[in-house]
Amino acid sequence: MVQAPERTASAPATTDPDGRDETSMTFVDAIQGTLRDVMRADDRVVILGEDVGRRGGVFRVTADFLEEFGDDRVIDTPLAESGIIGSAIGMALNGLLPIAEIQFLDFIAPAMDQIMNEAARLRYRSNNDFHCPIVIRAPFGGGVHGALYHSQSIEAMFVHTPGLKVVVPATPADARGLLLAALRDEDPVLYLEHKKMYRSIRGPVPAGDEIVPLGVARLVREGTDATIITYGLMVHEATLAATAVSEETGASIEIIDLRSLKPLDERAILDSARKTGKVLVVTEANRPCSVASEVAALVGEEAFAYLDAPVMRVAAPDVPAMPFSPPLEQAFMVGAGQIGTALRRLVAF
Amino acid sequence: MATEPIVAPDHAIQRAFQPGAALANGASDPDDLGPVPIADPLTATVAPASIGDAGLPAETLRQMYQALVRARSLDQRIWQMNRIGQAPFVVSGQGHEAAQIGAAFALDRERDVLVPYYRDLALCLAWGLTPADMMLSVLARAADPTSGGRQMPGHYGSSRLRIISGSSVVATQLPIATGVAYAAKLRGTGQVTIVTFGEGASSEGDFHEACNFAGIHRLPMIFFCENNQYAISVPQSLQLAIDHVADRAAGYGFPGVVVDGDDLLAVYHAVAAAVAQARKGDGPTLLEAKVYRYTPHSSDDDDRAYRDQDEVKARRARDPVRLFETRLRDLGLLDDEAIAAIQRDINREIDDATEAAEAAPLPDPATYDRHVYAGG
Ligand SMILES: Cc1ncc(C[n+]2csc(CCOP(=O)(O)OP(=O)(O)O)c2C)c(N)n1
Ligand SMILES: [Mg+2]
Repeated sequence: MVQAPERTASAPATTDPDGRDETSMTFVDAIQGTLRDVMRADDRVVILGEDVGRRGGVFRVTADFLEEFGDDRVIDTPLAESGIIGSAIGMALNGLLPIAEIQFLDFIAPAMDQIMNEAARLRYRSNNDFHCPIVIRAPFGGGVHGALYHSQSIEAMFVHTPGLKVVVPATPADARGLLLAALRDEDPVLYLEHKKMYRSIRGPVPAGDEIVPLGVARLVREGTDATIITYGLMVHEATLAATAVSEETGASIEIIDLRSLKPLDERAILDSARKTGKVLVVTEANRPCSVASEVAALVGEEAFAYLDAPVMRVAAPDVPAMPFSPPLEQAFMVGAGQIGTALRRLVAF
Repeated sequence: MATEPIVAPDHAIQRAFQPGAALANGASDPDDLGPVPIADPLTATVAPASIGDAGLPAETLRQMYQALVRARSLDQRIWQMNRIGQAPFVVSGQGHEAAQIGAAFALDRERDVLVPYYRDLALCLAWGLTPADMMLSVLARAADPTSGGRQMPGHYGSSRLRIISGSSVVATQLPIATGVAYAAKLRGTGQVTIVTFGEGASSEGDFHEACNFAGIHRLPMIFFCENNQYAISVPQSLQLAIDHVADRAAGYGFPGVVVDGDDLLAVYHAVAAAVAQARKGDGPTLLEAKVYRYTPHSSDDDDRAYRDQDEVKARRARDPVRLFETRLRDLGLLDDEAIAAIQRDINREIDDATEAAEAAPLPDPATYDRHVYAGG
């Protein structure tokens, strides 16, 4: 019988025996350590993707995994994304727990059918007879001179696909907690890693098996005058902007890191909107139909009476993708400067 | 016309591709290391090794040599610029040049259509892009003719030259080339379309879809696979379960041909035959040139993690540029003096190109949102 495995609550072996110690590590090390822990803890977990074995991934996220876990569980696939995701779905349907890597989110398009029409719709179409516990990891995001095809933030397409979950950690701790949650989730999860953060962001990472539940936002800092809602690299840019604007104006700025784009923590968003009455939503992605659009609409519908200003969005322009040449890249890429400008307007409103 | 056979007879080829076998006919084998063995294909044919001048005029052979050296020198210069921090990203075609130049010369570059991929510096140079164009792209200047500095270097394109602009997405160019060839056939333009790609790209669904359509409609096109045995780190053995991408042609109803990509003139004749077939209306060919990539995948890669450096050294020793140079020396078409003169001219051209690009302005940031739609 074909059966998807139960997502067990089995604790992965922790890197730290007492499970309490928090060590500071880079974003990429947090992901790598977590992947290694789950590979060690459960031999149903397999990793598949382009260059994940011998090369250890083009960003070295799975460096030395091939040596430790062997080529049955660390699969250097042919260059074929539809095959990668389709195979992952099939593996999940027959007892494995696959983690598929798409080398860059920009190159996920050949797998769209498998993701949108198969993985995301399997449970619903089979009236709950089948489900699809796969995790898809993909680096995304810009600001790394990656040009049009190594910079994209196309997460909204997946948020627009019911049946999928989408998470975007902004800290090493969340990288671990969300990955553990994604692995234990019984539905397909797209786990997006901002490539600019891999080696530029450090932070404490709990060693245990504590998950960060999907659908729960993180309060980055508390404030009373305005709220910034964002995710991914933009959490760090927003923090810079908020610090600068607070110093300048004395305004108290709250920042919420969504972490999960699907499911969305509507409660955290609305509570903060009602408290501060001023909301700025920031995304690195193109503006129309973006996650920022969704958050803004939600606030408009559910917290209108509490608002002291129109909900604002800062987003990438409606231009196909990040250009290569530095002046063009800077013009395209959302950063602290642009967020600060919007925030000043919002605070002064 | 040449009186010498332009290619080795078949039986010679069979022997020539045995490991360690000497070339037949006492033909000048410029390569002490002997040919790289090519395993017997399942359905494809192996193109004959070239002999002597392969029936080509001295002037053409000299132009080919010049094109080779130009590509290699420019490629090396760009790579060096990256290593000293002057070029943020580069992708190299070193090792692929003979295959690319052989192919370029077999087509009508005034009329035919090229659908290249990122390794095709030599091919695109031979097709009409200049070192100055390339440097503008490497330094992401506003005047970069292929993208105005918007794309990474290596993403060639020019409507004027009939080089179709490409993305970084592997294999997407293949169905596009099929459409270009269909249009050429329907409109009766007489154009042949050549589309290039790596062996890794042949794993994508787009490869299958393109070949299938091209076979059904007997399109005037050439699928030119530059098989360098690796897709980033993934070796051919994990990419396909057979020895030759060209063997797949049988499944689409057209011929597959395997050719030693270090043998410029063998590639030239193999592509010329495919062009002749396409122009006559007899449909596509899947040509696979066996090559080797000398550099890491790109400037962001480190190949020591996955490639035995002795293997790299051994393949570098069989350098197609040196092989061709030796061939022309043996034919009496080149000597030290001529070689030095050619190199000198090329170095000057590259110096000029670099200086011009360095002096050229970067794009105006205000233009970042132009050309999303017509009239913008
Ligand atoms: C659809 C897609 N998937 C993955 C990538 C990342 N990638 C770029 S080049 C490459 C390897 C290509 O290998 P091959 O086709 O053999 O060409 P080569 O680079 O060896 O010339 C990969 C995996 C991509 N650009 N596009
Ligand atoms: Mg290759």
